[in-house]
Amino acid sequence: MSTEKQDQNKSKLSRRDILAGLAALPVVGVIGYGLLRNKADAEKRNSSLLSDIKPEVQNGIPPLIIGDTLRVGIIGSGGRGGYLMKALGFVNPDRIDEYTEKGKTDKYWVQYLNDFREQEDLNVKITAVCDIFDKNAEKAIRAGANIHRTGKGSKMGDAPKRYATYKELLASPDVDAVIIATPDHWHVPVALEAARNGKHVYCEKPLSWSIAETYEIRKTVKESGIVFQLGHQGRQTESYNVARSLIKQDVIGKISLIEVCTNRNDPNGAWVYDIAPEANEKTIDWKQFIGQAPWHDFSLERFFRWRCWWDYSTGLSGDLFTHEYDALNQILDLGIPHSAMASGGIYFFKDGRTVPDVLNMAMEYPDRDLTLLYSATLASEKNRGKVIMGHDAYLELSDTLVINVDPQSTRYKQKLEQGIVEPFKPIFSYVPGQGAVDAVTSPTEKYFAGRGLLYTYRDGKAVDTTHLHLREWINCIRAGKGAQPSCNIDQAFEEAMTAHMGTISYKEGRRTYWDKEKEVIV
Amino acid sequence: MPYTQIQRLALVVLRITIGWHFLYEGGVKLLNPQWTAKSYLLDSGGFMKGIFEWIAGNQSVLAFTDSMNAWGLALIGLSLVVGLFTRYASLAGVFLLLLYYLSHPAFPGIEYLFPSDGSYFIINKTLVELFAMLVLFAFPTSHIFGLQRLLKSKKSYLV
Repeated sequence: MSTEKQDQNKSKLSRRDILAGLAALPVVGVIGYGLLRNKADAEKRNSSLLSDIKPEVQNGIPPLIIGDTLRVGIIGSGGRGGYLMKALGFVNPDRIDEYTEKGKTDKYWVQYLNDFREQEDLNVKITAVCDIFDKNAEKAIRAGANIHRTGKGSKMGDAPKRYATYKELLASPDVDAVIIATPDHWHVPVALEAARNGKHVYCEKPLSWSIAETYEIRKTVKESGIVFQLGHQGRQTESYNVARSLIKQDVIGKISLIEVCTNRNDPNGAWVYDIAPEANEKTIDWKQFIGQAPWHDFSLERFFRWRCWWDYSTGLSGDLFTHEYDALNQILDLGIPHSAMASGGIYFFKDGRTVPDVLNMAMEYPDRDLTLLYSATLASEKNRGKVIMGHDAYLELSDTLVINVDPQSTRYKQKLEQGIVEPFKPIFSYVPGQGAVDAVTSPTEKYFAGRGLLYTYRDGKAVDTTHLHLREWINCIRAGKGAQPSCNIDQAFEEAMTAHMGTISYKEGRRTYWDKEKEVIV
Repeated sequence: MPYTQIQRLALVVLRITIGWHFLYEGGVKLLNPQWTAKSYLLDSGGFMKGIFEWIAGNQSVLAFTDSMNAWGLALIGLSLVVGLFTRYASLAGVFLLLLYYLSHPAFPGIEYLFPSDGSYFIINKTLVELFAMLVLFAFPTSHIFGLQRLLKSKKSYLV
């Protein structure tokens, strides 16, 4: 049979067969060599670089302290107040239905709602609400009653009581702690009253609107013994903590310059918020809105877009620079600068606002031998990052962290020469749980996420930093015995004074100085 | 119909280069105990995103997937290079590549954290490699050039 013959022929391995059978084996050798080289290179880099760098990466979050239900009052329940309530676990049922509806066409909202429902229960009850705009107050009451985080028509809990004034709310025995999310010019008056009534305070940033009230609130908070947390949620951003530990180990060398910026380019980011159709003189307590600000006739624009006027706002310096400043103060313990010089103008949003939309500030720290530069525009989204520049390397910071080596570095000179590190190339990067960035959609949200202000990652899971910041405050309240949160009144005082130095410099067109002994701006 | 010389050469080169790619990728992962596909999986897009994210979020499933992936890559690669069981290896390779594609499909409107190395619309390099793998399955060469040739001869001799 012919096939048998063929098999017979094949049964003997010819030299040709053996050659063709084994010819590819040397390729395995080449790949093996490549693999071993790759491993050796990686080990060389790791052992020589990471051996002296020990970043402290926080492992998870501290446990929630078990305690009595904390009864919380909300003072100011507009945009930010609503967000803070969500971070506490309370959302208006209408909003829940809205998320569900949106989720039918856009999966982002399904995830958004799931994340909210899975957010840890902080054992908090909203017992009181004060907002001078009826619609906001009603929304907050409905949110406060929504204890099961469900939509309309489901079972609700007790509705919080609405108070006409913050003073009445703060006098209530049903309130243990308050969240202040009013316009800037109301932060201190409300916080002072709260401290005097022994209510714990979570106050939105910046701490104060005027310099004088900054001293008063620090003194009163300290005397009262309440737990005070300023709303810089960036304190909870993991990469900032990692940066702090790296800089402490002198990884980037002597720091001479720090550059931070704000870059926004949408009406919302420039504080041109929507005006609610229900808003009018009957639904807004205008007199109460004015407070310590100079009198102005009723204005819907001023009410909703108050950040655009010095009368109620602290401008870019107080509103946005403080985020950057507080991050750096957390990482480097900067404190109040020796001097500040600011310039800028209203260059894009010529809508009657009095606060600048472009601001540049140089703050000097001669005792630290460094300058802090801040540059902001509300009319371009070109992100210039947050960079800490050292002699040996520079550290770029957002919710991620990258350290690049300087070619002229002294510390890494030998390693540069040996080719272990390459100039301007990263030597260390920290990326907390990459994936969930996709849960961030709008330009403003992306801006915040990029700076670690909206979401931070713990064990790879997206966690709302505002939730963590509130949680830390609540833990300190429950721990008692003088427990202090990360952005306490001393940090807040430094934040406010630094921002005021910039604002005064801009307004008066001169350099301002901080007299350390007397604690005054001159 | 036997292959012509040029067909044989082209198919063998294709087999060895894809094998090289797989073996090296697998080897690098096996030699680095820290390696994990977690961030890649978390960066998934497309209609199967949820499944890949679930894998990434589940420690034991992730560890299993990581080791299957690394060993799979290395063994498929080794098989293609040395020319042994290449038809099975090609099919397994198609399966792996399909998973990579489904986790990062080149559909318009999907952006990934890891930047792409080119411009793609539906077809990307993963898919091209997948179809090349299918060619290897359809046109085997290990009996001509590879360990299979020795095995086959030996087997026939025994019979």
